[in-house]
Amino acid sequence: MILLENLTKSFGTVRVLKGLSLEVPDRQNTVIIGASGGGKSVTLKLIVRLLEPDGGRVLVDGVDVADMDRDELAALRGRIGYVFQFAALFDSMTVAENIRMGLAKRGYSAAEIRERIAESLEVVELRGTEDKFPAELSGGMRKRVGIARAIALKPRYILYDEPTAGLDPVTATVMDQLIIRTRDLGVTGLVVTHDMRSAFSVADRLAMLYDGAIRQVGAVSEMQASRDPIVRQFIEGRPEPIALEPAVRRSAG
Amino acid sequence: MTPLVASGVPTPEGFISHVGRRSLEAGRALADVGTWLPLLAIQMRRLGVDSVPIALFIAVFTGIVLSLLSSYIFTGAVPLYFVGALVGKTIMMELGPVLTGMALAGRVGASIAAELGTMKVTEQVDALETLAYDRYSYLVVPRVLGATLMFPVVTAFAVALGVTSGWITAINLLDLSTAEFLKGLKQFYQFKDVWFGLVKSASFGFAVALMGCLRGLATQGGAAGVGQSTTSAVVLGCEAILVLDAFWALVLL
Repeated sequence: MILLENLTKSFGTVRVLKGLSLEVPDRQNTVIIGASGGGKSVTLKLIVRLLEPDGGRVLVDGVDVADMDRDELAALRGRIGYVFQFAALFDSMTVAENIRMGLAKRGYSAAEIRERIAESLEVVELRGTEDKFPAELSGGMRKRVGIARAIALKPRYILYDEPTAGLDPVTATVMDQLIIRTRDLGVTGLVVTHDMRSAFSVADRLAMLYDGAIRQVGAVSEMQASRDPIVRQFIEGRPEPIALEPAVRRSAG
Repeated sequence: MTPLVASGVPTPEGFISHVGRRSLEAGRALADVGTWLPLLAIQMRRLGVDSVPIALFIAVFTGIVLSLLSSYIFTGAVPLYFVGALVGKTIMMELGPVLTGMALAGRVGASIAAELGTMKVTEQVDALETLAYDRYSYLVVPRVLGATLMFPVVTAFAVALGVTSGWITAINLLDLSTAEFLKGLKQFYQFKDVWFGLVKSASFGFAVALMGCLRGLATQGGAAGVGQSTTSAVVLGCEAILVLDAFWALVLL
């Protein structure tokens, strides 16, 4: 289980997270929704210590990420797959080489690596693209390769950063199906998105991030029935002033 | 973690702590031989072998100009065989290493900063970390070591060709024979001339690659940020070469 406790994070004078707490239960997809620039991606980066929190704790399987030494952090990153918003594939490498990177670091044999590359490309339905470079793939295919790279390590958790951003509706649905399929394989998913259609589709639990903290968390049906005006407005996509970030409202007002 | 600056003012404790952390990171990266060693040969080819044509182009014309210039200065005042001495000494000790270094600061420094800067803004550097690679072991060490090892090699070729072009110029365009040119070349030659130039060029390679890596990894924003990093890497690389040139002259001469 991943447990986020009272996380705070600022960039310069901008306080992005102001005490975010959230529990990510095993073998479920938890989706964090919230406005762009609200700290969703920052939250994911704090979990794998790509960023350090100013305050609070990140516990993965009961261990504080901040206390981990180099080797423990490397082991943690082996248990957590990360799917980046724009896939972040290494553009000088082929699809197979991209997937191979993480496997080679963990000392798998050449035969095991070949097998895992084939398996993971099978899951994302991209067999036959092994020798293609990222520039030869569409945006949706690149994101699927990103998922293949993550699942090749057979992680316990996968963090998805805006998995459907910039995709057409059909490709976005394919991505959603992949996230659900990965969950069904026993992987715990934490998805951040502002795409409500995708969020409702993949989530077992939804959490609304607002003003640097979790505003409400619950099952999809609970969130859909929420009486919180902020949650309702975001879910319904109504562009009324109340949904704007407080800082924006202050500067506007 | 001790801040480098407190209330905007650098503190000695912060500086020492910063240097200590960086030294520790560098030591850890160097110790991670399994990561950087397989990449070293690739970087030596990219940064060194691929830079040979530009270095040789500069060397040819430097030799020609130096030969003509020294003849112009010496005619009527000093025996003309001193042309060989001046061409040899100057190219081996100063113009070979410095002009090659400057040319490579543009080519190598810019290429490293642009590549790593693009990787940074497209989250490829973060992706590396999530796959349990250390960014310094994987990206910085092979480039810095590759440049440190290859700059002297490229410089050696440039020096050889510069002296050769000076000799060909002398025997074809000046009233000088091969024997006279060689007499001047040998008369003032010391083995120190060679290693002095090569030691300098190794330090130039180290500085140019390090500036490129540091500026590239510090890139923020998008294309504009990559452009700024690239420019500053080249400028800082050239400045470092001039400072190191003076340093070695003070220390070794």
